[in-house]
Amino acid sequence: MENYTLTINGKKQEVSAEPDMPLLWVLRDLLNMKGTKFGCGQALCGACTVHLDDVAVRSCSLPISEVGAGNITTIEGLSEKGDHPLQEAWVEHVVPQCGYCQGGQIMTAAALLKQNPTPSEAEIEAAMQGNLCRCGTYNRIKSAIQTAASR
Amino acid sequence: MKNFIPVFKDKNKASEDRSKIFVASRRDFLKIGSLATGGFLLGVNFQCSGPKGEVVTFAPNVYISFDSDNQVTLIAHRSEMGTGIRTSLPMIMADELGADWSKIKIVQAEGDEDKYGNQNTDGSFSVRMFFEPMRKAGATARHMLIQAAAAKWGVDPSECYTENSEVHLKESRKKVTFGDLVQDLLVMPLPDPAAVKTKELSEYKLVGTDVAIYDAKDIATGKAVFGADVDLPNMQIAMIARSPVVGAKIISYNDAKALAVPGVNQVVKIEGAGIPPGLDKPLEGLAVLASNTWAAKKGREALEIEWDLGPNQDYNSTAQLEAMAKSTLQNGKVRRERGNFNAAKSSAAKTLDKTFKIPFYAHATMEPIAVIADYKGDGSVEIWAPSQHPQWARGAVAGALGIELPQVKINVTLLGGGFGRKSKPDGVIEAALLSKAAKTPVRVQWTREDDLHHDFYHSHSAQRIVATLDGSGNLTGWNQHSVFPAIGATGNPDELHPSDGELGLGCTDFPFDVPNIRIETHESKAHTRIGWLRSVSNINHAFAAQCMMDEIAEARGVDPIQQAIELLGEDRDLNFAEETGGKYENYGEKIEDFPWNTGRMKKVIQAVAEKSNWSQNLASGKALGFAAHKSFLTYVACVVMVEKDANGNLIIPEVHYAVDCGVGVNTDRIKSQFEGGAQFATSLAMTSAITFDKGQVQQHNFDSYQIIRMPQSPKKIEVHIIPSTEKPTGVGEPPVPPYIPALANAVYKLTGKRIYELPFKV
Repeated sequence: MENYTLTINGKKQEVSAEPDMPLLWVLRDLLNMKGTKFGCGQALCGACTVHLDDVAVRSCSLPISEVGAGNITTIEGLSEKGDHPLQEAWVEHVVPQCGYCQGGQIMTAAALLKQNPTPSEAEIEAAMQGNLCRCGTYNRIKSAIQTAASR
Repeated sequence: MKNFIPVFKDKNKASEDRSKIFVASRRDFLKIGSLATGGFLLGVNFQCSGPKGEVVTFAPNVYISFDSDNQVTLIAHRSEMGTGIRTSLPMIMADELGADWSKIKIVQAEGDEDKYGNQNTDGSFSVRMFFEPMRKAGATARHMLIQAAAAKWGVDPSECYTENSEVHLKESRKKVTFGDLVQDLLVMPLPDPAAVKTKELSEYKLVGTDVAIYDAKDIATGKAVFGADVDLPNMQIAMIARSPVVGAKIISYNDAKALAVPGVNQVVKIEGAGIPPGLDKPLEGLAVLASNTWAAKKGREALEIEWDLGPNQDYNSTAQLEAMAKSTLQNGKVRRERGNFNAAKSSAAKTLDKTFKIPFYAHATMEPIAVIADYKGDGSVEIWAPSQHPQWARGAVAGALGIELPQVKINVTLLGGGFGRKSKPDGVIEAALLSKAAKTPVRVQWTREDDLHHDFYHSHSAQRIVATLDGSGNLTGWNQHSVFPAIGATGNPDELHPSDGELGLGCTDFPFDVPNIRIETHESKAHTRIGWLRSVSNINHAFAAQCMMDEIAEARGVDPIQQAIELLGEDRDLNFAEETGGKYENYGEKIEDFPWNTGRMKKVIQAVAEKSNWSQNLASGKALGFAAHKSFLTYVACVVMVEKDANGNLIIPEVHYAVDCGVGVNTDRIKSQFEGGAQFATSLAMTSAITFDKGQVQQHNFDSYQIIRMPQSPKKIEVHIIPSTEKPTGVGEPPVPPYIPALANAVYKLTGKRIYELPFKV
């Protein structure tokens, strides 16, 4: 077990974990932050997406020992009041069906908009293709991103 | 629970369950009635809360309660897996009540059949089964509120109406909140059920409109609670090494290395069902219990297990599918007969004979199974599960632990997808057994690999159709051979043919006016666990039949949409009873209550032709395909447009659906089910397949079991809802079956190549 100091949603957190434990399980099991979801464990589905210094990363495949001093943002910390333009657009378009993948979808979209505030449809598709949705909400996700980008 | 196949058994019980709900409501009413004398009150709570003092709650039935501070709480008793049912059923009650929707609180019911009636969220029947009960529940509460207000004001109840969670006196400014009537309601006599009138459909303000789902904001902010999100003190996390081949048993094991992994506490064997595996049993396995998920996973990897792989260890699914296709060349067991197909064939001017193959599919819900169980010292157990069928799970847990039903409490979380997988209680039983063994709360966590390796799969299938044309180009004969290992075979290995229920899903209910029809089935064995996936065998049957109809239209030189309308014939109700020997099940509903009406089918076909601009002259490089299919009592027609991009990849620029599902409750969720259905079905058509070799699944994660990603999704999905006052029917499953053949027919028009096997590549 090693001790780590992580910066999560602007707050310093001390945790003690095996160095190979993925950030996903650090968040979920050790810090009781359940917004980030487990979907595949191999960075294939994007349900576990968080930001590391504003870049979307798959927390299921990022060992805690490699997180370093970067700032981690999770869905719980994307906005203070749940009013990030994407979160508002998500509700407005009633994007979710089961909702399980949606936190990861929003985090990937938020990283995209940070980097490219006015993405084209093709750029949205390219950025979002690492995030799976089994219910089939891809079209509403795209519309919600376009709505958020337009604001 | 022996040989219990809920998908059909429950459907047969649909009418019975519907009436049962009234009994339940009535009985609860009587319990409420004893309130004044301080009797036991089911569904009624007194809460003492801080600054506001005592909040008194009145519940006229198990689904509705009012607090004296005017909070209206509605119970959602069906499981939310993405269809929006947790919003749609409460909407109906709120509309009847005249409640302020923006302030409604929705609480998820625990699994309790006596209290809530049927909670098996499956078969697209939640709205169908509960539209009327929800109306009555709301109307009864409204009736009582109006009676109470009218008595207060000394006016006739007909002078009052409800709105915004208030009772209003017509043409006056008098109003009183529901909450302010709670004290009066508590001592009110029960209304005569005959005096309670539901609203006219035209009076509804929520039903028939687009309403956002109740959980949207919680989901968008990461607050929504799914199966794995409940945290209990001292909870251990379990990962289980399950039998790699169905029926495999553990001969011996060495857990020393697993126990040496930091964080691992314990290894527990789970006795599996063996063969048959059953629909309600866990597989044999060895569970590693640890203080966190990562340790449990590493511990599991360190297990050394010697398996007796059992009789399925040589199973190869590709070989079986070939053999199944070949078996259709023989005479099978006749399941529907009209006229004389052999005579039609011998006099035919032209015969079309095609075989279609469909693979095994896994559900691949985004949330792998995760269940939490807390076995307590008093022998009771409390469970948190993303379960489609909490009542089945409750009974199965009671059986597995040898305790009574009331000792099992099942809390239902949100489901991260269901599609039929989470009907099965295997994960729930695992959690309960492990919590009992460990004497701590346990979360059983499945991985994606577990999910794909140990599913109850949609069965692979061969469908052979022989169609005959006479010299004038009339379709004279239809002979469909349907072969697939049946769901029932999972519990009963002697079940070698598809059941009547499975055949009624798009095969024996072939609706076209063809003089000679023969439907046959052939034997096939289950070598894995077969279950039901969104729309079940409609997938196989609609793919084969609707592709074949397209091929027949081409052979006849007629437009496929014109042909469908022509062959549906006069507007009338079809009845398959005689030709199937009384074996047509109509999704558990009496055919008189939910007839198969050709007029309604033609109407959706005409609507989709118009909305998709079917007769347009398409630019070259684009093509349209059509299919129509009724399933789960809902009529659907579909047109899919395809084209190729510069790299030769198939693009789906447009999909048009027309649907007649009777009264539409939440029109936005009807649309979202069709949008999602098209995307789900694109995966089935083009990217997903499960295969077995040496009895083991050959796909492990989303790299080898692929579902579509955003760039592969249809770009535009238009859903045209036919306005209707017919009884409402479900929309969870009906979008899937017609989409696949519509897509395949479009691809044929684009490429000139017919599709006979799924998944197909272009």
